[in-house]
Amino acid sequence: MTTIPATSVAPARKRAGAGRRQWIGLIYVAPAVALVMVFFVIPLGMTAWMSLHNWPLMGEHSFVGLGNYWAILRDTRFWNALKFTGFYTLVVTIAIFAVAFPLAIFIERPRPLTNLYRTMFFMPAVVGFASASLLWSWLLNVDSGLFSPAAYDLGLIDRKFNLLATFQPAFWSIIAMVVWKVAGFTMIILMTGLQSIPQDLQEAAVIDGAGPFARFRAITLPLMRRTLALALILSVAGSILAFDQFYIILRGGPRNQTLTAVYWIFNQSFVSFKLGYGAALSMVLLVILVALSLVQLWLLRKPEGLD
Amino acid sequence: MAQAISARGKLAARLARHSTGIVASVLFVAPIVWTVLSAFKPAAEARLPPLPPWPTTGFSLENYATLNNFGDGLWASAQNSIYVSVMTVVLSVIVSVLAGYGFSRFRFPFKDLFFVLILSTIMIPFQSILTPIFLVLTKLGLHNTLTGLVGVYVTLQLPFSIFMMRNAFDAVPREIEEAARMDGAGNATMLVKVMLPLVWPGVVTIALFAFLGAWNEFLAALVLMTDQSKFTLPVMMTALQSGRFGAIDWGAVQAGVTVMMVPCLILFLALQRFYIRGLMAGAVK
Repeated sequence: MTTIPATSVAPARKRAGAGRRQWIGLIYVAPAVALVMVFFVIPLGMTAWMSLHNWPLMGEHSFVGLGNYWAILRDTRFWNALKFTGFYTLVVTIAIFAVAFPLAIFIERPRPLTNLYRTMFFMPAVVGFASASLLWSWLLNVDSGLFSPAAYDLGLIDRKFNLLATFQPAFWSIIAMVVWKVAGFTMIILMTGLQSIPQDLQEAAVIDGAGPFARFRAITLPLMRRTLALALILSVAGSILAFDQFYIILRGGPRNQTLTAVYWIFNQSFVSFKLGYGAALSMVLLVILVALSLVQLWLLRKPEGLD
Repeated sequence: MAQAISARGKLAARLARHSTGIVASVLFVAPIVWTVLSAFKPAAEARLPPLPPWPTTGFSLENYATLNNFGDGLWASAQNSIYVSVMTVVLSVIVSVLAGYGFSRFRFPFKDLFFVLILSTIMIPFQSILTPIFLVLTKLGLHNTLTGLVGVYVTLQLPFSIFMMRNAFDAVPREIEEAARMDGAGNATMLVKVMLPLVWPGVVTIALFAFLGAWNEFLAALVLMTDQSKFTLPVMMTALQSGRFGAIDWGAVQAGVTVMMVPCLILFLALQRFYIRGLMAGAVK
């Protein structure tokens, strides 16, 4: 177990010494730059290029200008997927924070067994989303799973109930699974924010007669702005790109109601093999995520501190 | 009297704290334990609801054995996963250590541009460029190869791990290098013999994240590995769970999920310090 530093700030950049063979640095960074070029920059350019084409997997592609983008405007199923993704992102982010924040407060101060609890809460976070989804698809199964048979055996329901057959229970099952998987991660991020608040500030407020709620509102929240923003962005960006859990547990069902944006792009590109159209959809997703990153930079703009 | 009350209040508070901690711990760990235990049931029992989670009709490894009969088998996919993860770890460590050293210690043309370029890839979701990656791999003759998948995974690790390594090198005092240079150490010797031992914790951290990232990744593997013999564990297990190999064998799913989870959990428990360190470094970014 480790003690976690309150803040760890990257040391100020130091100018490289006046060596003669500085260009050699180029050789050191070359493999990294080459990989980023081949697997990021070129594909990114190709996405933009392909989005202007009708591009089947086999055969010739043809230039269609903005045709794919006009098609997106009329693609109600894509907009439904985007709407569902937005709804899911909102709900799951609130749910994650509702669980992670109390946990972060619970484990913030070093007390007996705190490290053990923290490790326990964090364990689902190191398991992959695919493993977690496979695990829960079993727990949620109507016949061989845990929840429905257990509720039946306890006499809570008179016949076995398939949690995955209708939208509401299926949706909330996914929310429960994601909160279980992600809350520990968000908890750690929030904990670093809590630990960076000077202890004497809280103590001074106690002497001034501030109650726990007032202290939380007037000290904890404002001083955690950057950490909160970071946890929020990570949760929102991760949720907008959600795919594994909806593919593995629900296959986008019931009745295609849980198709997320990435899932729809996946279907268009790799099931229907409309690569050009998939690229145009990807561009839309990309713009949303980059806009989000810009919001992030703005939210994180200045270090936490006393104004 | 007052003391007795306050002592009792303290005891009650402690009791409340630990009961909360224990209940929450059980909630978080239960699904994992449930799966690991259930996987040891005989196949006939594994089909039934897992109440209780532990085997009641005898301990058995049948589920792991049957898992080996689906498609190319558990062992084939596990080998693919191990290969991809280990290669991702090795290559991302090599590439990031070199780049981190280069960005920390040298001045060269386009330095800032390259650094910003690498870090900014974190803003672009790789999910949106999978199609062209597929085409690029085809062009390179790496289509449907584990090597191609490794290339993609290494690239995904770079923004985090190069950032991490550059900071690690930045934290090493220059005097150490100057002293070594006096002793006649060249650049390569310097990096391997002098610097590497000093940035070792950073290397462990990026290796850990690279392993977990590659081992757990699903979408890219699903899209890029079209041949069953190339499936990694998540893709193979999803094919099995979707009934691609006939009726769904939940016992096999439990066994497969156990195989997928256990390495992550062991690595995390053993290297927790480094994991949290990485999270912190990411958090201040």
